[in-house]
Amino acid sequence: MRAAEQHVPGIVPTGKPGHRPGEVHPPAAIDLVGVHKRFGSVEAVRGIDLRIGAGEVVAFLGPNGAGKTTTIDMVLGLSDPTEGTVAVFGLDPRDAVRKGLVSAVMQSGGLLKDMTVGETVAYTSFLFVRTRPPAEVMERAGITDIAGRLVGKCSGGEQQRLRFAMALLPDPDLLLLDEPTQGMDVEGRRAFWAAIRQDAKAGRTIVFATHYLEEADAYADRVVLVRKGEVVADGTSAEVKALASGRTVRATLVDADQDALGSIAGVDHVEIRGSSVVVHCSDSDAVARYLLTQTPARDLEVAALGLEEAFVALTGVDGPDPVGGPGSTGGPGSTGRTNPEPDGARR
Amino acid sequence: MSATEAVIDIADREEPPLGGFKPAIVRLEVRRLLRNRRTLLFTVLFPVFFFLIFGLNSSYAKNRVGPGNVSAFIMISMALYGAVLATSSGGAMVAVERLAGWSRQLRITPLQPAAYIAIKMVTSLILGLAAVLAVYVVGLLTHKASMPAYLWVVTAAALWIGSLLFAAFGLFVGYLLPSENVMQVIGFALMLFSFGGGLFIPLSQFSHLLREMATYTPLYGLNELVHYPLVQGTFNWTWAANLVAWLVIFTAGAIWRFRKDTART
Repeated sequence: MRAAEQHVPGIVPTGKPGHRPGEVHPPAAIDLVGVHKRFGSVEAVRGIDLRIGAGEVVAFLGPNGAGKTTTIDMVLGLSDPTEGTVAVFGLDPRDAVRKGLVSAVMQSGGLLKDMTVGETVAYTSFLFVRTRPPAEVMERAGITDIAGRLVGKCSGGEQQRLRFAMALLPDPDLLLLDEPTQGMDVEGRRAFWAAIRQDAKAGRTIVFATHYLEEADAYADRVVLVRKGEVVADGTSAEVKALASGRTVRATLVDADQDALGSIAGVDHVEIRGSSVVVHCSDSDAVARYLLTQTPARDLEVAALGLEEAFVALTGVDGPDPVGGPGSTGGPGSTGRTNPEPDGARR
Repeated sequence: MSATEAVIDIADREEPPLGGFKPAIVRLEVRRLLRNRRTLLFTVLFPVFFFLIFGLNSSYAKNRVGPGNVSAFIMISMALYGAVLATSSGGAMVAVERLAGWSRQLRITPLQPAAYIAIKMVTSLILGLAAVLAVYVVGLLTHKASMPAYLWVVTAAALWIGSLLFAAFGLFVGYLLPSENVMQVIGFALMLFSFGGGLFIPLSQFSHLLREMATYTPLYGLNELVHYPLVQGTFNWTWAANLVAWLVIFTAGAIWRFRKDTART
């Protein structure tokens, strides 16, 4: 099969007896190298290089059809890339699945209505060589009290917590969540994320796709934005927000010099609204310094774009082109890659 | 879990033997079956019901057939009907589970597709055994069916094992028609096959043309073969040829669809 190792230079194979952590880097939890995926004439994934280190909590964001689920399927070994390689802990994804190294909470389906919650967890536990005790994962997913209920009678949130319990059984080192909180109420989402967060503390690598941008902002160390099968931004949520044409500086200033403001490096757009001025820029410090030292401006405010705006700006149909579009002018790299430590050494 | 465990000792992780096949899973599958009243009604109670109607009719029940009687002959037919219903519905469960996304869910576990099929086969054989035993026990209790003791065992074992042919049929149809209606399709097809095989009405009652056509249907060979120990007389090799031909067709069809289904795109 594909030898994943040859694509991870600098990685020393682990798993040998006597191997000490800290001396060498562990293999990346996920290593995608030049991954393309074509379905007939449709290219769902168009060259993704992505390395997620052990212990990272990563949000995978993108509009429908961006290639998120296609990518997750390849990481799970459910499909093979047309081009490029996918390695999970240095292994072929299917070997990683068989060893219980990786598990997933899928978006929908995957449950049998005529089994009870408890039976479903038991069934799944029988499929692995070693698992956490079923009672323990049900407790952690908060489904102990509905163990006797038929799956068909469970709410969407309860079914999702069941999928989470099933995914916890093999005690995976990598947990993939595809839109995990869809169909849950606010309380369910909060409970779900509390469990995930607790779980991440134990050192598990977690990658989740979500449409709830505030979740990405609140729960991920790292945000990977995908659009049309390519990674358009990759960094902390603060970095990603800055990428989407940065910040807004607003001040009260009569007779602002629009040309002078426009000539400051990193300024995208200057708007004069009566006696106030609004400047969209990537370097808010330079604009603020100019306004406060060269003009009589007052009531100065600096605001960052929310992740929501960043998401729309970077992934929307009218958003910048992935390679050096106007919106990313002045950003720390027109390809959008801003993460200085992609190997996850930060944990 | 301490922080140092962040380095994953992959050597510590094992893959399950037998592709993940375990008796405990079969036990859960059987429990699921027992919950499904409709399946139980069709596969266990219907054959018993048919036996009570056709097998005890005093105008012919005591007529001799080999070392036994007509009632025993009909008992074998009805048990075979129940057994093939059980194995083919077991195979067809694959269709329903695929529709629910369960097969996909299983693919992100260590369970291998072949082990999954084996679990379904064993489960449906257990249901088939229940169907066979139900008919035979009722046959015993009603005191009409008569044949030497060893033939009760031999015929029951033969038709039970032979019903595996229809596990392949159920799998094939289940993969072919991914819908909840697959059970109705199978029920109807088995009804036709049962008439064709002479399970419900002796083929001698058919017109010449129909009788000729019936010998090519999938239950004909199996039905004649499981009755042979009782009927005896001359052995007809076309029975075995019929069985082998349909076994090849159903198995090849099931493997073809199975490969297509589990192929990664």
